[in-house]
Amino acid sequence: MKSDFVRGAAANLPMAASVAAYGSVLGVLASQKGLSWLDLMFMNTTVFAGSAQFVMVDMWTRPLPVIEMALAVLVINLRYLLIGASLEPLFAGRSLLCKIFMMHLVADENWAITMAEGRRGKASVGFLFGGGVTLFLSWSIGTLGGMLGGGFIAHPEEYALDFAFTAVFTALAVGLWQGKKDFLPWLVAGSLALLAHHFLPGKWYIVIGGLGGALAAMLGPMETAALEEDADVPGY
Amino acid sequence: MFPAIKSQVLLAVGLAALVTYALRLGGLLLAAHFPRAGRFRKGMDALPGALLFALVLPSIVSEGVWGLVAAGLTALTVVRTRNPLLAMLVGMLVIFAARKMGR
Repeated sequence: MKSDFVRGAAANLPMAASVAAYGSVLGVLASQKGLSWLDLMFMNTTVFAGSAQFVMVDMWTRPLPVIEMALAVLVINLRYLLIGASLEPLFAGRSLLCKIFMMHLVADENWAITMAEGRRGKASVGFLFGGGVTLFLSWSIGTLGGMLGGGFIAHPEEYALDFAFTAVFTALAVGLWQGKKDFLPWLVAGSLALLAHHFLPGKWYIVIGGLGGALAAMLGPMETAALEEDADVPGY
Repeated sequence: MFPAIKSQVLLAVGLAALVTYALRLGGLLLAAHFPRAGRFRKGMDALPGALLFALVLPSIVSEGVWGLVAAGLTALTVVRTRNPLLAMLVGMLVIFAARKMGR
């Protein structure tokens, strides 16, 4: 039997190509902003979060707006609080040390693939970590490739490379669809995200939409099975 | 040639990294105190999909009609083929063609 690490690493290979594609866009932007390859690799290794790194490179001016940058990253990455929370059942019974080591390489892609695998009962911490390693390698190759080859693709948007991120996450979202019980949460999440995107600055729309959708599921109608399950719990 | 990392880069990137890692681990550790059944659990189950949908929808809509076409074909491709890479390429191809024609 293949180890969970290898299975996770392999399951994320289709993602690796798309991660490298939009990583190359970041590399081009970073070289235009004057980042060195070492700055970029330092960021890839320590931050390891695609959308946050795009915003950081976008804000890159001399002197660096350190506090504004940290706040922007906080808002964009607030979703990791929710992502981390959703991984709790996977880490059940694991030591604190294991959690401390394994959580750094959690990105949207290996998280989404692990959640989908979990629905089939085959996810594990090793599977998640294997995916993280694949993503880290492809993210590094993509961003550095974009930086070094920046001259060849001066206008990445002409080749729709900037849409790679949206397209791959659309595909991942489809994989997480749980059937018609998701209709209301997704409707609320989508509507709130569009409203927040229109009226609020920055990336608040991600967390507002996600939380709104979860809240809608929480407050929405319960199926009969779930109601019976609730009846077993003593009232407060 | 080995470039040095300037101290302000070290500070800015280091702070961003600390914030991101704190959120990742914080979410996991906080969730140990969450209820495991009932309505709260239902919300947590719906969260992953809702979060990703909220992440992509504004970017899709801001591409206009072609963004919706691209997203629709991406979704259809991944349902039919179970291949997210192919689905991504289909979506990008639509946007690529739309931008070429719009010029």
